[in-house]
Amino acid sequence: MRAYTEKIREAAKRLLSEDRVDVVIGFRKGTVALMNEPFLVKSLDQVDRLYWDGNCGINLANYLPKRPDRVAIVAKGCDSRNIVVHLLENQIKREQLYILGAPCHGMIDRRRILAALDGKEPLQVEEANGTIKLIGRDFEETLERSSCLQDNCAICIHRNPVVYDELLGDLVAEQENVDRYSDVRRVEAMSSEQRWQYFDDLIAPCIRCYACRNACPLCYCPTCFVDESRPQWVGKSIDRTDTRTFHFLRAYHVAGRCTDCGACERACPVGIKVRRFTKKLEKDIKELYGYEVGLSTDERPPLDTYRPGDPEPFFK
Amino acid sequence: MTDWEPKIVAFLCNWCSYGGADLAGVSRMQYPANIRVIRVPCSGRVNPKFILAAFRHGADGVWVSGCHPGDCHYIEGNLYARRKFTLLNNLLEHTGIEPGRLHFSWISSAEATKFAETAKQVVDAVKKAGPAQHFIKKQAEVA
Ligand code: SF4
Ligand code: SF4
Ligand code: FES
Repeated sequence: MRAYTEKIREAAKRLLSEDRVDVVIGFRKGTVALMNEPFLVKSLDQVDRLYWDGNCGINLANYLPKRPDRVAIVAKGCDSRNIVVHLLENQIKREQLYILGAPCHGMIDRRRILAALDGKEPLQVEEANGTIKLIGRDFEETLERSSCLQDNCAICIHRNPVVYDELLGDLVAEQENVDRYSDVRRVEAMSSEQRWQYFDDLIAPCIRCYACRNACPLCYCPTCFVDESRPQWVGKSIDRTDTRTFHFLRAYHVAGRCTDCGACERACPVGIKVRRFTKKLEKDIKELYGYEVGLSTDERPPLDTYRPGDPEPFFK
Repeated sequence: MTDWEPKIVAFLCNWCSYGGADLAGVSRMQYPANIRVIRVPCSGRVNPKFILAAFRHGADGVWVSGCHPGDCHYIEGNLYARRKFTLLNNLLEHTGIEPGRLHFSWISSAEATKFAETAKQVVDAVKKAGPAQHFIKKQAEVA
């Protein structure tokens, strides 16, 4: 994947010097291992700081809504689908965008690595041939890359970008026969009481920092419902009921828009699997309305349309 | 607990279900008094946040009712609402709300009998589910 780094720099140089775009949105190496950070490049002398490897899991589509300028953006499969959602929701125009498509092999979940290292701190990370080499002060360890992927990447079926102006590498083979909903089915087998408890336990460590919301490209409302005070939909404290209300409504607000990019889970400082809420919606929308998010700009999002014969099993 | 009576918030669309309730009233039909009606312009006006807010304020059940599909006075408000509520209901139940707390119906302004009957059904179902336990803010838990 390091090869992408060169391609991204080359494209950024070309696009900026030809004045095709005003800004290039990509990544640069983070200050700690396994954490790359989003990087907006506006001048040629910054271009060589652009970087790419398996730690670019943040969703860059988050930086697009309402931008007035011309933007080049590096987009993995999920990012590109969130770009499609932005286009559908009129957050940016296609003409403003130059999309550098990055066929993806799945992004690395640093928590898995840190757990495997059992307290040792990696200072340097090298990826090659399906393995990850971690080098620390007085150790060196090699892990299987496929065992270190983010949860959502392990079950991803759209690794190739769906829209792009140029590709950074060859298209990759999409994963097949993936079971995308095993988590949902596990909950579906529980009683109401067990379900409530399951989600209570899931969100118990939440500190209501809203990092999950901030990392999500869909959360661009000028005033989030959590900040509204008249009426106040949800209290500000970490009272259990408030936290549950927050998680419920956050998930519901991304219904039919969430691409399962995993940025929310990645951002959570206490490691809450917030996708457990959104996955149910994703599954229902696929089963009831046959819709998969972010694949095409020709179809309206599922909650912005209807069919006369939509299922209504419990309407009296 | 024997004399517990559920509180049920009903969001009724102005043009159909509210009319149905009105007609049930002037026709002297009997239905249980557990229903607190909130009149809304259209079932499409009901934001899922309203439903959560009702639960948070202690409602044991919520009932949303609008015009029959095809009869919405804003043409398609209830058809959007149908999708919205289907997903909402499924997610609520998925995360642990008991079935029988949330109800939806299509009732026209001529269907007074259907209104009274549905009201009974809703109240019975909520009674069966018992007093609401979830989404109600308890006293702060101080560690
Ligand atoms: S809710 Fe999470 S997984 Fe879904 S689009 Fe937002 S950040 Fe991505
Ligand atoms: S990022 Fe994690 S801790 Fe912060 S609000 Fe979201 S779930 Fe809670
Ligand atoms: S006006 Fe009655 S549901 Fe829309």
